[in-house]
Amino acid sequence: MTSRSALLVLADGRFPAGGHAHSGGAEAAVRAGRVKDAAGLESFCRGRLHTTGLTSAALAAAAAYGLDPAALDAAADARTPSPALRAVARRLGRQLMRAARATWPSARLDALAAMYPRGAHQPVVLGTTALAAGLDAEDAAYCVAYETVGGPATAVVRLLGLDPYQATAVLARLVPEMDQVAERAAAAARQGIDALPAASAPLLDLTAEQHAAWPVRLFAS
Amino acid sequence: MHLDHGHTSHGAISADARRPDGTRRALRIGLGGPVGSGKTATVAALCRVLRDTLSLAVVTNDIYTREDAEFLLRNAVLPPERIQAVETGACPHTAIRDDISANLEAVEDLEDTVGPLDLILVESGGDNLTATFSKGLVDAQIFVIDVAGGDDIPRKGGPGVTTADLLVINKTDLAPHVGSDLARMARDAGEQRGELPVAFTSLRAEDGIAPVADWVRAQLGAWTA
Amino acid sequence: MDRVSLRATARIVADADGGLPLLVSDGPLALRRTRASGPYTRVTVVGAMSAPLGGDRLAVETEVRDGARLLVDSAAATLALPGRSAEPAAYDVRITVGEAGVLRWLPEQLVSVQGSDLRMRTVVELAPTARLVLREEQILGRHGEPPGTLVTRLTVRRAGCPLLDQELAFGPGAPGGWDGGAVLGGHRATGQLLVVEPGFAEKPVEPRLLGENGAVSPLAGPAALVSAVAPDALAVRRLLDTALAELAPL
Repeated sequence: MTSRSALLVLADGRFPAGGHAHSGGAEAAVRAGRVKDAAGLESFCRGRLHTTGLTSAALAAAAAYGLDPAALDAAADARTPSPALRAVARRLGRQLMRAARATWPSARLDALAAMYPRGAHQPVVLGTTALAAGLDAEDAAYCVAYETVGGPATAVVRLLGLDPYQATAVLARLVPEMDQVAERAAAAARQGIDALPAASAPLLDLTAEQHAAWPVRLFAS
Repeated sequence: MHLDHGHTSHGAISADARRPDGTRRALRIGLGGPVGSGKTATVAALCRVLRDTLSLAVVTNDIYTREDAEFLLRNAVLPPERIQAVETGACPHTAIRDDISANLEAVEDLEDTVGPLDLILVESGGDNLTATFSKGLVDAQIFVIDVAGGDDIPRKGGPGVTTADLLVINKTDLAPHVGSDLARMARDAGEQRGELPVAFTSLRAEDGIAPVADWVRAQLGAWTA
Repeated sequence: MDRVSLRATARIVADADGGLPLLVSDGPLALRRTRASGPYTRVTVVGAMSAPLGGDRLAVETEVRDGARLLVDSAAATLALPGRSAEPAAYDVRITVGEAGVLRWLPEQLVSVQGSDLRMRTVVELAPTARLVLREEQILGRHGEPPGTLVTRLTVRRAGCPLLDQELAFGPGAPGGWDGGAVLGGHRATGQLLVVEPGFAEKPVEPRLLGENGAVSPLAGPAALVSAVAPDALAVRRLLDTALAELAPL
């Protein structure tokens, strides 16, 4: 069994890896009127969890299994058609790398940083970080699943002034599905790179491109 | 094939005084303070007086726009490649204190793209009196308040007023118009700050930025000594 | 709809001289060589109207040999229909394009009819100098009807490396949230137009918005994906057609 405390440190929203400036598509969804309340947040988060959440969780799990990070990074590129989201994934990957190397120094992280000085895809860095922290593939997948819904929930609290208790209750209601997604992701990663899921969300891709073009916005993505 | 990203050297991970190639990195000075106190105008004025003798760059942290970066660009205080905007996700103090990763990235990118720099000014988004910079991000910080914000601000203290390496009390030219008592502000600031310096500025005056520029030069002297 | 489920595999092989050394229809998948458009040998899929039904396993295998130019289209939309089998239907499209080969794969829409359950899988292998134009459109339900379950996956590899891998899952059998603000947000039609062009390595496509409902996105490799999410099939087709005329005119 891996260290539960290490998982908490890595999954904590206060882990300084740049996530606080990103809404995971929630800012665009709020502006478009698709997220207006807790119910809208819940279906947004549920959709994100089962699409890019699953895909990213599996990439992270695969990295934590020690699969070739370059092949995983290429797989992540192919699964991210939006150039805005590829840029975000690499920027967040680079920011996470900085925090990870300071927190859990490891040769594997150093090697990945040297290979991708401008940032590897964030899930690949996250899986590698999990490994450095003594965590396993499933832990990495759980971390991504949680982050996939936690980010938008925090953002919507700021954007809509949504009651933070309601937002947290949304996360609690999604717990069984987060578990499912994390386990599915880890199971897929166990079968190797060709078995990785590629679930995607048309609106997240489209609105990421729109959001990147806004002159005024609160969140970087 | 990847069209998105070039591969260059890989960046430092902390506040080390040396860059990965062993050269000394730029001195980083943070400028914080409440909305409207004149942070961006102070940055612009500093750039104008320092740019001829120093290689410098600016990182802005806007709350929800790139307005500060664009103000600096519009006023052509520095070439565009020397100005970088960081987006802060509605929490400007987080980006300069709790999670400084995006700012460190911006700082490193500036040094990578425009070459060796002497000085990088990191301007925070206008926030409140509690915002201060992490020591992992800047080597020294300036807190900018103004006389129009109320002459009781120095008395009230707060981390910015009390601990900043330099407190700038800006817009002194407005003091008679808004009924602010400069002597009282100086006295209160002294009580809060002990030995730490205070500069009174009016950026409308000829060379009004001089006390701040002098302080920056002294910091730089100590950094490169 | 009253028939037993079936297996059928249709095959197309195109040569550089314009010939079709192999053109094999099978079951509901009838292939016809139709009048060429421009320099392309053209094959039209006809009569796929009543398939796939639940339990069917259909496949189309296409090989575009080195230097060949092939255009594949279809006479009508494909309807995914419910069948007697509780098993989902499977529709596999396997494509290879050789060196300097060109494929324009422009079928009509795939309509997911209420009560149906279809898994569609498209796998494309491209040689480094191959070019491709590929369109897929998913329509959720006939007019005013709730959709069936539709899972489609498009995997494209170029020179053995992944270029695009995208799975969409909609309808009652899909994981939750598919109709929420992150995935479809109430829209009933989506479409993708992929253009792979080695020349994009030197002259990449700029990212561009197509109004509210579409975007042109350069991929990490020399390709661009046009995606559209709209209330109906017509709106999606309009967006894709505009981009097609611009990115890959015939």
